[in-house]
Amino acid sequence: MEDISSRGYSQPDLLVSTDWVMKNHAAQGVRLIESNEDILLYSTGHIPDAVNVDWTVDLNDHVRRDYITRQGFEQLMSRIGVTPDTTVVFYGDKNNWWACYAFWVFQLFGHKRAKVMDGGRVKWEKEGKPLTRDVPTIKPTSYKAPERNDVVIRAFREDVLKHISAKNLLVDVRSPEEFTGERLHMPNYPNEGALRGGHIPGAKNIPWSKAVDPDTGEFKSAAELRKIYADEAGFQPSKDIIAYCRIGERSSLTWFVLTYLLGFKNVRNYDGSWTEWGNLVNVPIEK
Amino acid sequence: MNDSTKIPERLSALLKLFDSVTDMDERAALLVSYADRFKSVPPEISSRPFPEEHRVSICESQAYVWGVPDGEGRLTFYFAVENPSGISAKALASILASTTLGARPEEIVNLQSDIVERLFRKDMSMGKGMGLMGMVEMMRAIAASYVARPAKASA
Repeated sequence: MEDISSRGYSQPDLLVSTDWVMKNHAAQGVRLIESNEDILLYSTGHIPDAVNVDWTVDLNDHVRRDYITRQGFEQLMSRIGVTPDTTVVFYGDKNNWWACYAFWVFQLFGHKRAKVMDGGRVKWEKEGKPLTRDVPTIKPTSYKAPERNDVVIRAFREDVLKHISAKNLLVDVRSPEEFTGERLHMPNYPNEGALRGGHIPGAKNIPWSKAVDPDTGEFKSAAELRKIYADEAGFQPSKDIIAYCRIGERSSLTWFVLTYLLGFKNVRNYDGSWTEWGNLVNVPIEK
Repeated sequence: MNDSTKIPERLSALLKLFDSVTDMDERAALLVSYADRFKSVPPEISSRPFPEEHRVSICESQAYVWGVPDGEGRLTFYFAVENPSGISAKALASILASTTLGARPEEIVNLQSDIVERLFRKDMSMGKGMGLMGMVEMMRAIAASYVARPAKASA
């Protein structure tokens, strides 16, 4: 694909290429973060100098279904050697689902110096770039974080109920089979406990994968993305939009695309997603 | 341990070893060492495209399981993992294949899905855990088909 800077993105600096990472992975002030679905993948080999951030262990609260607190985020940042001035670069498996999810959680704590490596781990591997099993030695840092801000980019079920009452836009990024209720889970995945199939009323189904070039794993150009989200689905950059999937990981990718690649101003991720909505009592569902 | 709870000895020993590994990095390294030794199902047993009936339907790593009897009442299990990033599935397959080699079906049906938590960890994601447990459940189902049904008690 063409260079990131030529693709017409709203904030092209939020994406970096594999070549950029190749040159900068050891640079001072840069911290590579791998975030995967498979908990062992990092240990089989990762980009030199990258640290592992596991979404279940490092980002989620271990008791409540919620994210880590300010204190937990500060401890995480200290462990992975990040200061407020560090540029963190996320990458991972599954076309960067978990990388975007981690990126999104970092934004709940306002860490603005953050980027995503376009194409993720698969592109890096396909290009034959080096992987290592050496875990970098990290000097712990001191990081003072603000309280987690759940208002701007995160939606809760009450927000979704108000949102659908106001007939605002919802994007369901799951597979068409999950959207219609034919499946309670994505193809080849187990059902993670949803009692009902279908979608939130009024949602439009735009699977996350539409934003990604299937051959390279890179994000499509802004023109291609605008065709999908604006021309075909009718989404406008100024509108209030909530994205959801099953637990909020795939919708993090779509949130990233709408917010940073297309410049939409008011996009929130509903991380409760279908594993919450599909179990809630007395909420409306469409099939 | 009675017959209704006995599992293959090598697997039991390995589970005890994993129970003693509390450092997560050490545990990951141990699991990866098994994943590195993973051998896919040999062509004399099956070849691509693998039959759907051997597929673990809920495993996103596209795992397949075969149980082959040796004629003396014992089973050998083979696995395929088609997702190259399915390292956890490869590690589990490697462990299960090597520690159940030559086990009796009665021992396999006693496997519990908590094996996955003991080998990996308790706080793994539900999706990942269920996929891996699906591999164990498929082994149990295969073994169950080889376990002689007990004679019906007379009235």
